[in-house]
Amino acid sequence: MAVLHSAPKYASNDGVIAELSESISVWMLSAEEKHGECIFTVRRDDIATVLQTLRDDHKYQQLMEIAGADYPDRPERFECVYMLLSLTKNHRIIVKCSTDENTPVPTVTTLWPNAGWLEREVFDMYGVTFAGTKDLRRILTDYGFEGHPFRKDFPMTGYTELRYSEEEKRVVYEPVELPQDMRTFDFLSPWEGSDYVLPGDEKADGAPDVDKPKVTETPADTGAGEQAEENAEEGTDAVPPNMIEVEISDKEEGGEA
Amino acid sequence: MTTGMQIEESPTTDGNVITNYTINFGPQHPAAHGVLRMIMELDGEVIERIDPHVGLLHRGTEKLIEQKTYLQALPYFDRLDYCSPLCQEHSYVLAIEKLLNLEVPERAQYLRVLFAELTRICNHMLNMGAHVLDVGAFTPNLWIMDLREDCMNFFERASGARMHSAWFRPGGVHQDVPEKLLVDIGDWLDNRFFQLFDDAMSLVIDNRIFKQRNVDIAVVSRDDAVAWGFSGPMIRAAGIPWDLRKSQPYDVYDRMEFDIPVGTNSDCYDRFMVRVAEVRESAKIIKQCIRDMPEGPIASTDGKVSPPKRGEMKQSMESLIHHFKLYTEGFHVPEGEVYVATESPKGEFGVYLVSDGTNKPYRCKIRPTAFSHLQAMDFMSKGHMLPDATAILGAIDVVFGECDR
Repeated sequence: MAVLHSAPKYASNDGVIAELSESISVWMLSAEEKHGECIFTVRRDDIATVLQTLRDDHKYQQLMEIAGADYPDRPERFECVYMLLSLTKNHRIIVKCSTDENTPVPTVTTLWPNAGWLEREVFDMYGVTFAGTKDLRRILTDYGFEGHPFRKDFPMTGYTELRYSEEEKRVVYEPVELPQDMRTFDFLSPWEGSDYVLPGDEKADGAPDVDKPKVTETPADTGAGEQAEENAEEGTDAVPPNMIEVEISDKEEGGEA
Repeated sequence: MTTGMQIEESPTTDGNVITNYTINFGPQHPAAHGVLRMIMELDGEVIERIDPHVGLLHRGTEKLIEQKTYLQALPYFDRLDYCSPLCQEHSYVLAIEKLLNLEVPERAQYLRVLFAELTRICNHMLNMGAHVLDVGAFTPNLWIMDLREDCMNFFERASGARMHSAWFRPGGVHQDVPEKLLVDIGDWLDNRFFQLFDDAMSLVIDNRIFKQRNVDIAVVSRDDAVAWGFSGPMIRAAGIPWDLRKSQPYDVYDRMEFDIPVGTNSDCYDRFMVRVAEVRESAKIIKQCIRDMPEGPIASTDGKVSPPKRGEMKQSMESLIHHFKLYTEGFHVPEGEVYVATESPKGEFGVYLVSDGTNKPYRCKIRPTAFSHLQAMDFMSKGHMLPDATAILGAIDVVFGECDR
């Protein structure tokens, strides 16, 4: 696909996957290039080894970011995504591994000093633990905060709210009280496959096949095509529209009279 | 230094052992550039250890973005680094465009580059003013704040808002600028900007006190700068000519002629001087944008992504439907993930965007520039005096809206 967008252009991805895959093949699970990004998925236990190989042998000198992500449907729900940058090759790659609530990911603070805060953030937001790090305190949330707010099952409003209490002359923590429900609309079109039953459709025969959105990409999808033509030729009792018009107009005149 | 707390014994003068002090720097401190709390362990007046506590401005922006459509999430980016709003939007819209593989008309690309550079000037005016103020100079801040005000007026004339513009959109910009605005920006650069800027800088650059406070403070070697994930002026001051606008050009930066200033000594003074030189380069880019900007549409012509013009909506049913669908449901972005980073005034500002094919981002991770810089605060300040901490912090150029998200 031709590149039309004007996002940052760095060195070509050609051959990068082949070259790097060969070098880290022992620890690698998959590699793909999509949307112009080279993404490597590796085994969790070997993430530090992989990143060290990439840093030392392939000149990806900088660790720019570690992002957590939560996919609750997967057996290992969390992903740790490492963004590497090579200053000399002018290239970026993404390396990731997955984990769950209880399995720690090996730390990379031994490779990059700035990994410390990045890992602390992933821990704070998702509850992913890192093995071997010296400092795994929370970083962004409040002192004494409980829970991991960026998990998909953590409500957007949280559980506690705080205010300054005039009586107690200090800030007090209270359970969240909402005067109205959170307004979340998905705005998805019912024609393109919303995954819920629309109001009024509950009594319809059988549940709608929500996994298969309705499309009109081929004539067959629209109900047109040879079969439809045949059915039409067999004939119906329907009267051509122009004749209906005449009949109706007669009746209308009679009615008025 | 709001509260001073002594641990163990107090220092004495009659030859006894003097124990270390632990003090709080912030969270309310004029030189903390926001709500930063640093727990400092001092040996007399020498910094032994710093533990920065961030997150006091954490608002959960990334979580909020997951609940919004792609377009509704855009204004959050203005509120991250509120000193350079348009540069944050730039990363985000480019990330969406990369997922959509969407072509942006030339005029829009020029406009975005022009205003990103104006934002850079605006940001550096604030940072340099605050930096000199932190180390004791008052006047330059007042003078260059006036220039920042001028930049804000230009933003207002383009978008209607002085700070939170929300003017960059996926596919282009929100609306075109009047011809007069471009003329006025050029005029301002030629006749006003450099007079004030050079005057203000002449008070600082060779000033003995300013040099005493900044030269040889927080020297970071090239290797350390790379290892700590430095970017922007922080890595350039270390002598590494790394600028994403040059090495990984986006929009029309590859057509612009500009130089990358680098430092030689990698201290706070170099970081300041890199910014001074960058402002001049930004001015060059702005002039080239004004000179070369073609006529044409300012947003993608793909009606499924960018909304129709008001006039079209009155005439065309299709446009009306597009408008309604774009402002309720929003556009759908193909499944996938991208990491897009641009050169914001403070360094590499990245957006890691994961789309699941719906109208809302599944995950939007923001890479703040301040995180790796502030994390190195402990390492940079070790062995320096307490007042140097403000100079180091000023030279990092940190804004907590972005650091804490």
